Amino acid sequence: MCGICGCGQTGNTSKFQPIAGKLKPILAHHYNHPGHDHEHHDNERLIKVEQDLLSKNNAYAAQNRAYFQQHHIFALNMVSSPGAGKTTLLVETILRLKDRFPIAVIEGDQQTEHDADRIRATGVPALQINTGRVCHLDAHGIGHAVTELGIKDHSLLAIENVGNLVCPSSFDLGEAHKVVVLSVTEGDDKPIKYPNMFHAADLMIINKTDLLPYVDFDVGRCIQYAKLVNPDIQIIKLSSTKGDNFSAWTDWLSGRVKPS
Amino acid sequence: MHELSLLENVREILEEHAVSQHFSKVSKVTLEIGKLSCVEPEALRFGFDVVMKGSLAENAELIISELDGLGVCQQCGQQLVLETLYEPCALCGSPDVKILQGREMKIKDLVVI
Repeated sequence: MCGICGCGQTGNTSKFQPIAGKLKPILAHHYNHPGHDHEHHDNERLIKVEQDLLSKNNAYAAQNRAYFQQHHIFALNMVSSPGAGKTTLLVETILRLKDRFPIAVIEGDQQTEHDADRIRATGVPALQINTGRVCHLDAHGIGHAVTELGIKDHSLLAIENVGNLVCPSSFDLGEAHKVVVLSVTEGDDKPIKYPNMFHAADLMIINKTDLLPYVDFDVGRCIQYAKLVNPDIQIIKLSSTKGDNFSAWTDWLSGRVKPS
Repeated sequence: MHELSLLENVREILEEHAVSQHFSKVSKVTLEIGKLSCVEPEALRFGFDVVMKGSLAENAELIISELDGLGVCQQCGQQLVLETLYEPCALCGSPDVKILQGREMKIKDLVVI
């Protein structure tokens, strides 16, 4: 049974399952609007629900958050478009910090174990969640992954979400912070093109800064846009592959992981 | 396409209410979706029949009530109607606008049998 949510499910994912349908019998009479037929009954009643569509996910996220607090696990939800360099950023982070505190990684991708394999090669535990047709990780799947990984107390837990700047913004995983990674090979207007994500994030990492001389990316304009969407957002500019200003990020992390 | 996941959540919430409130069929579902949420009402409409097929809400009617984005400027106190999450205050130009409404995604009510 799952140690966090107690649901009895053994897998580590909560994939979307399409429902096998049955055809309805011919209906007695119909509401008249195009393309749809709806049954009408005299014994209908109205029920007030007023419940958030994400209420179930939010309840699982609250359980995860309580577990992380209890075990002094500093959890980050790393989000970006595909190809912004999240996995390379994590690999370089692990190589620099793994001797200072325990680190574990949960990788989310639609398919393949490639990213988890890259993380495991650094010597830290990693679990891959393949979301299949789903475009984001959810809090229930994270709870199972945390149980399966057996994360040590006082760890840094990096959750690398599916590369997508839309859907993961809605799904709280129980993390301490969302960290959005934007690389300079993308447009500097991404913060206002995908405002929900930059609004939800506490830290923006501008990655691949070593490529700035070769691309038409205006760092000042990008920061201006990010602050417009989220005046409180923190910003770190770095290059994962060249190591430029990387210590700003590792210092940010080291100050937040609780020592044992 | 996280609208499919959201609709799956709707279905699960309906199934829970069916047990607690003793009904076996849902004929109408009303959702309240804020214009500042990253949910596309058309995508919800598109996926609704697919996700509800075979459930107690098969063939149910879907009503989506859209809520305007509303905010208040933290500098001058002006109340604002917002089209996006990043509009500066229309009166004083401050970017410090607190969102009051528009990020909702909820099931408002159901008509059940």
